[in-house]
Amino acid sequence: MNIIVCVKQIPDPETPAASFKVDEAAKKVIPAQGIAPVVNPFDPQATEAALRLKDAAGGGTVTVISLGPDSARDAIKHALAMGADEGVLLSDPGFDGIDNFQTAVALAKAIEKVGEYDLILMGRQAADWDMGVVPAGVGQILGIPVVTVAKAIENSNGTLKVERVLDDGFQTVEVPTPAIVSISNEFGEPRYPQLRQIMLAAKKTVQVWSAADLGLDGDQTGAANRWLPLEALYVPKVESNVEIIEGDSPEEKAKNLAQKLRAAKLI
Amino acid sequence: MPGILVVAEATEGEIAPISFELIGAAKQLSAEGGGNVSAVIAGDEALAQQLVAGGADQAFAATNPSLQSGLAEAYLPALNAAIQQSGADIVLLGQTSLGRDVGPALAFANQTAVAMDTVELKLEGGRLHATRNAYGGNARAQVSWKAPLQVATVKAKSFDAPEGVSGSGGVTAIAEGGDPTVKVLGKEKAETTGIRLEDAGIVVSGGRGLGDPSAFGLLEQLAATMKQAAVGASRAACDLGWYPPAQQVGLTGKTVSPNLYIAVAISGASQHMAGMAGSKNIVAINKDADANMVKVSKFAVVDDYKKVIPALIEEIKKLG
Ligand SMILES: Cc1cc2nc3c(=O)[nH]c(=O)nc-3n(C[C@H](O)[C@H](O)[C@H](O)COP(=O)(O)OP(=O)(O)OC[C@H]3O[C@@H](n4cnc5c(N)ncnc54)[C@H](O)[C@@H]3O)c2cc1C
Ligand SMILES: Nc1ncnc2c1ncn2[C@@H]1O[C@H](COP(=O)(O)O)[C@@H](O)[C@H]1O
Repeated sequence: MNIIVCVKQIPDPETPAASFKVDEAAKKVIPAQGIAPVVNPFDPQATEAALRLKDAAGGGTVTVISLGPDSARDAIKHALAMGADEGVLLSDPGFDGIDNFQTAVALAKAIEKVGEYDLILMGRQAADWDMGVVPAGVGQILGIPVVTVAKAIENSNGTLKVERVLDDGFQTVEVPTPAIVSISNEFGEPRYPQLRQIMLAAKKTVQVWSAADLGLDGDQTGAANRWLPLEALYVPKVESNVEIIEGDSPEEKAKNLAQKLRAAKLI
Repeated sequence: MPGILVVAEATEGEIAPISFELIGAAKQLSAEGGGNVSAVIAGDEALAQQLVAGGADQAFAATNPSLQSGLAEAYLPALNAAIQQSGADIVLLGQTSLGRDVGPALAFANQTAVAMDTVELKLEGGRLHATRNAYGGNARAQVSWKAPLQVATVKAKSFDAPEGVSGSGGVTAIAEGGDPTVKVLGKEKAETTGIRLEDAGIVVSGGRGLGDPSAFGLLEQLAATMKQAAVGASRAACDLGWYPPAQQVGLTGKTVSPNLYIAVAISGASQHMAGMAGSKNIVAINKDADANMVKVSKFAVVDDYKKVIPALIEEIKKLG
């Protein structure tokens, strides 16, 4: 089974609010000091799903694609260390500041260039822009079915059984391959790469494709050609007016809280 | 003629509250010059009629049974027909399971963008501008669209449902539907006891700091001492299997805005806040005085929940 996994490198989504800063003029996030970028947390889960499906099928190739700056190589290496076979970095000055829609176009081109695939796996959303649109986009462009927000996938002879997470429960669907599936956190923890694998992955070559290699025109790249122009980016203000409930013991604090809540007619 | 199309949804034959919030948003845009408000729903004409009664100028009943799957592939033909017939240049969906699946597919199928999880919408010079959370809620982004059709999903509780303003138009049936390649094999509904999280006046939520799943029993006891209270959880607690994912509050879970939100052993990560920051009054119970949840709360008890919660239950019972 040949599987393509798309992984994105993003600023650490667990960056505390106090360290999170934005350059409003450039409409960009300022990298927080001492906090390294990470792989979008849903994407190693997609890689994990790919590795398990490949094993269950008894063979195949798992190819990892990432579009991003040169540092996105680390996201690819992480997937290779987990056990993926090939890595491709989509890198071009024209990719700077592009939106999720232009990204979907570029990824679709790259996937066509890879050529052979039974399945494309992605994360349910990238935790930078929190959009969750690229899986649907690549599916529309390639003309293949898309199943979103999956917690489990099984393959039997070219038909996938996918369990989806819904607002009010779960839904099981069946889809023929080739297809795209986006993975949610309910899938479970991905494997942690071992030191030996990290060292082996470091030696693997990652192919680099430019916008021209993908056959993208100048009007398909660049921040000026965003489908969803960004007009402003800022950090919302939050005020702190907290009243810390006093008391000599936890029990007394609880008692005082109950009385405050009653006095404020909240209970 | 521009116009706004609302993609409404129902659960078990009952129109979901988000649908009326979307009509509320659409009516605001209409007042700013956005044109007529149309609404479409998967179901029969009687169901669609309720959208007109709820303020839409006209409604479409998408009657094709394939739409019951709630999947984009089945919805697209019906929605494209509704866009065509209504002449809408703005489409609003809820940031729900349906909207997350359908919104992006609809946008790409029409060679346009979708802004996901918007919290503010405004019309300027006849074009839509939307504000949405990004970076887990640490940032706000204002966006617009390059292509003529503007698609957005709207976060729950961001707009009020219109009150006492029934539309005057009729209901049109739309028969279009796909023969989807994605087939639904089954659905499992999450068990819910008592009041729905989104409708609760009080929400008591537990996090990873509870340290143990049985503590949710304690939170349920606390909720039982109060009227209209439901129990929620952080994603960390859900991921640990301590509470069902359907009760998760936050960016990738439910949006709640109760009168009172009691966060027990939850740190207040931006992605959790994204689902409850609209709460009118927040109470934090956390042993760490520096936790973000403590900072954003109205009242905070800085101590071990294991001692605080049982005493709180006692005292509330005593107050009667
Ligand atoms: C894309 C994305 C989407 C996400 N979506 C969501 C979402 O929808 N909802 C969500 O909740 N999270 C979401 N998260 C995860 C989020 O970033 C945090 O990891 C998560 O909210 C942390 O949960 P927590 O507060 O329960 O745990 P922690 O951050 O570990 O906090 C535990 C807290 O408990 C306190 N504590 C410990 N022991 C005690 C005690 N005995 N008494 C009192 N207090 C105690 C600690 O001081 C601490 O503040 C998302 C993350 C990403 C990247
Ligand atoms: N720049 C990128 N490079 C590789 N994959 C991406 C990129 N952007 C998005 N994706 C994939 O699409 C998923 C959803 O992202 P998004 O639609 O941007 O929220 C991610 O989890 C990735 O799997």
